Amino acid sequence: MTKQVLVIEDEPNIVAAISFILSRDGWTVGTHTNGETAVQAVLDAKPDALILDVMLPGRSGYDILQDLRAHDVTRRLPVLMLTARGQRTDREQAERLGVNRFMTKPFSNAEVVETLNELLPG
Amino acid sequence: MLSFNTLVAVCLLYVMGLFLVAFAADRSAARDKRRLLSSPLIYTLSLSVYCTAWTFYGAVGYAARSGLEFVTIYLGPTLVMIGWWWFLRKLVRVGRAQRVTSIADLLSSRYGKSNLLGVIVTLSAVIGTTPYIALQLQSVTLAFSVFARDRSAGWNVPDLDATALWVAGGLALFTILFGTRNLDVNERHHGVVTAIAVEAVVKLVALLAVGVFVVWGIGGGPANIAQTVDEAMRATPKDAWTITGGRWVGLTFLSAAAFLTLPRMFHVLVVENPGERQLAVASWAFPAYLFLMSLFVLPIAVVGLGTLPAGENPDLFVLTIPLHFDQDGLAMLSFLGGFSSATSMVIVASIALATMVSNHVIMPIWLSIRPKEATVSGDVRQVLLAARRLSIIGVLVLGYLYFRMSGGGTALAAIGMISFTGVAQVLPAMAGGLLWRGASRNGAAAGLITGFVVWAYTLFLPSFGDAGLMSAGFLAEGPFGIAWLKPQALFGVSGLDPVVHAVFWSMILNSFAFIGVSLMSFPGPLERLQGAQFVNVLDHTHQTHGGVFPAAVAEDLLVMAQRTMGADAAQNLFQTQARAQGKEGYLPDTTPDFIARLERALSGSVGAATAHAMIAQIMGGATVSVDDLMAVADETQQMLVYSSQLEEKQKELTSTARQLSAANEKLTQLSIQKDAFLSQISHELRTPMTSIRAFSEILRDGGAKDAQAAEQHASIIHDEALRLTRLLDDLLDLSVLEHGQVQLNPQREVLSKVLDRAVAATQSLIVAEDLRIHRDHAREQIVIATDTDRLAQVFINLIANAAKYGDAKYKRLTIRVSVRDGVLRLDFVDNGSGIPTESQAMIFEKFARLTDNAAAGGAGLGLAICREIMDRLGGAITYLPGQRGAAFRVTLPLEKIPHHGWN
Repeated sequence: MTKQVLVIEDEPNIVAAISFILSRDGWTVGTHTNGETAVQAVLDAKPDALILDVMLPGRSGYDILQDLRAHDVTRRLPVLMLTARGQRTDREQAERLGVNRFMTKPFSNAEVVETLNELLPG
Repeated sequence: MLSFNTLVAVCLLYVMGLFLVAFAADRSAARDKRRLLSSPLIYTLSLSVYCTAWTFYGAVGYAARSGLEFVTIYLGPTLVMIGWWWFLRKLVRVGRAQRVTSIADLLSSRYGKSNLLGVIVTLSAVIGTTPYIALQLQSVTLAFSVFARDRSAGWNVPDLDATALWVAGGLALFTILFGTRNLDVNERHHGVVTAIAVEAVVKLVALLAVGVFVVWGIGGGPANIAQTVDEAMRATPKDAWTITGGRWVGLTFLSAAAFLTLPRMFHVLVVENPGERQLAVASWAFPAYLFLMSLFVLPIAVVGLGTLPAGENPDLFVLTIPLHFDQDGLAMLSFLGGFSSATSMVIVASIALATMVSNHVIMPIWLSIRPKEATVSGDVRQVLLAARRLSIIGVLVLGYLYFRMSGGGTALAAIGMISFTGVAQVLPAMAGGLLWRGASRNGAAAGLITGFVVWAYTLFLPSFGDAGLMSAGFLAEGPFGIAWLKPQALFGVSGLDPVVHAVFWSMILNSFAFIGVSLMSFPGPLERLQGAQFVNVLDHTHQTHGGVFPAAVAEDLLVMAQRTMGADAAQNLFQTQARAQGKEGYLPDTTPDFIARLERALSGSVGAATAHAMIAQIMGGATVSVDDLMAVADETQQMLVYSSQLEEKQKELTSTARQLSAANEKLTQLSIQKDAFLSQISHELRTPMTSIRAFSEILRDGGAKDAQAAEQHASIIHDEALRLTRLLDDLLDLSVLEHGQVQLNPQREVLSKVLDRAVAATQSLIVAEDLRIHRDHAREQIVIATDTDRLAQVFINLIANAAKYGDAKYKRLTIRVSVRDGVLRLDFVDNGSGIPTESQAMIFEKFARLTDNAAAGGAGLGLAICREIMDRLGGAITYLPGQRGAAFRVTLPLEKIPHHGWN
């Protein structure tokens, strides 16, 4: 059974890049581009891990994360946040909300794969 | 038997005696033996200049004609001395405090040292006093003529006018000798005053002697006299001796007013006043003197009427009765009494008038025609003395000329009443000035002028009779037949005695004008200061003022003071003042206090207005000392000014604080904006960078096995690189536009061509998005002169937006062109769903991209750039709501663009 990851990201080219590298590593990749419906999409898809962009149309990644941590089902869901706003306050806010990993764009493909594998050993 | 020579010899001896008395008094005054001179007795006796030849001779005539009415002449001053004692005290205190030299000076000083008032009062005093002086000359001449008529055999008096001339000349000499011997800072003339006192005794003794002779020598004792008087009262026609209330009140008021305002009375009462103690004694002693003077008037009149032949002039009963009974010695004494009355009046009146004329007319003229240095270098003392002497001669010449002109035709008493009424016009301004702080210079001038005009119209001019300026018809019918303007029945008030009528109207209109104009006009600062000093003189304590004038002028002031007051007096004053300030030598600091004292001291010689002008000339600037005085005296005013200045400062501070707070808010806002902008920039740069890095790493690691996918990856890298480039271009463009470093290249071009270029530049996008553009080329034939490349950039942006973001099935863009009020207007309206109302406000902000269609390629800077460009070009770009689709309006003023003549 392959591990499933959901990518919530609005930039199509970035979605394409992440999908490519994770598929190549054996992940099953699902994608979602809208912030407003993101929480429901996670609850529906029940992924093993989540890659979450911060700046999304409709709703920010922080709000989505906060909601997910409030749900029993997704309280322990491993989340890797990617953001193009690389300021220290962004990282602090994400960690306060209970993010597992936080990475700044542009990222290293290998690092993304490694991080995800760390979050889901075995 | 009295010969003419004897009479003249006695007269000369008498006059020489007066000279001696005056000389001795001046000598002892100079030796500082002033105790006798300052005695209340001398002061009281000097007040007797009130009793002139008119009173001496005329009172008897008055009694013979009108019975007891003559008493009003004595009643007025008596009431003033007893009833208005407090007012006299105030007057005397003011006179001493302000070194007042004359009644003209008093008014001038009170009303802001205005020389205008001084001149008005001086002129009116001259007009009012001249007939009176003539009257005195006439009385002396008449007295001579009585002797001449009765003793025609031994007499050789061919020309009575010559007598008058000799008398006038002698009086001028005496007055000049003793009236202008010195320029005392107190303007006091001990010699003259003492001589006047001696004359007062002579006239009293003479009248009493005649009275005693009449009562006991002819009449047979008081009881018989009383009976005679009683009979005479019944014998005379009813209306002649009847006492009418209106006339009594009017005449008593008139003599009371005249007692205060006659220039000579003011002179002896105030100017020559040695102190308030003397005034206190005089307040009962002078009424007593007047009582004695009036005691035998009625008996003499009654006996004269009874014993002398009919047709005898009652005005001369005092002389003719002794002569009739061959009492030569008594007649001689009586003559000397009349002579004394006449001379003392003329002497004091001419001194008073000369002081006024020289201080208020001659000196101001001299000061204004002389250069400024004259005050310091010229000998003011000599000029002043010469002016005084000339004025005395002038006054006596005027009196003599009036005497010659009038020909002695009018009864003596009538002239006296006319003069009284004239000078009484000063009363409202004088009393008002001392009692009412609101009295103003304009009010005083208005009252005085009104009073004198009414006086002249109702009394003075009609007194000349037909021969004068007014014809009989004028008097009877009024001017041009206007009845209510009849000089002696003004406003239809008829049936009054002419004098009472004139007093009534002149005083009422005078007071109305004075009070009315005073209420309407606002007094100047100096007026208010002087007003306060005059009105509050009794509780006025001398204040020490702060502030020092530039010291350099002290010496100039000393030189000037020496020339004006005399060296000793000036040095004394300066030394005392310097010592009071704790300084050695003769040059005190020119403090406002010192200046005020000096000014008052000088006032004693030249009057307040002139002294003020002289000091002002040296101090430089007409109000320099006064301004400073005012600044200190009016401390409340100062406090108000300070307080308002503080308030102003506070307002300034509050406003500065508000500005700082606003600036701080703005800076905070800018800082937040800058953070947001950096964050946005970061995001916009990192996003394409992320794709580029991710796919380049994929390529590096071997890439996609699928050739098509690999090609797609490569094109993504390419597109994102272009996107980055565009973003950087836009950022640079915006930065240049925002910071004003943009170079505009204005050129003339037809609008349709600019639009054509924009459409051509976006041709590929238009084709790709299948956008249809609707234009009206006919309306686009407008020449514009602006940076058309920049304008085209705006059009390109708007067309591209319509192509990229329009969401209609068949995209359409309409470009409408119009000109309204000299402003070019282009509306770009598409058929999409438009921009939500809540977002319309922010679409021109940076990175305000609304859709999530990142592939559209813009970074959200397009409209921000458009706005900056239009701003630079002097136009504007706005969102146009209510057009169904998205609509943008571009406006550009056309004003400076010529429609023709371009190449």
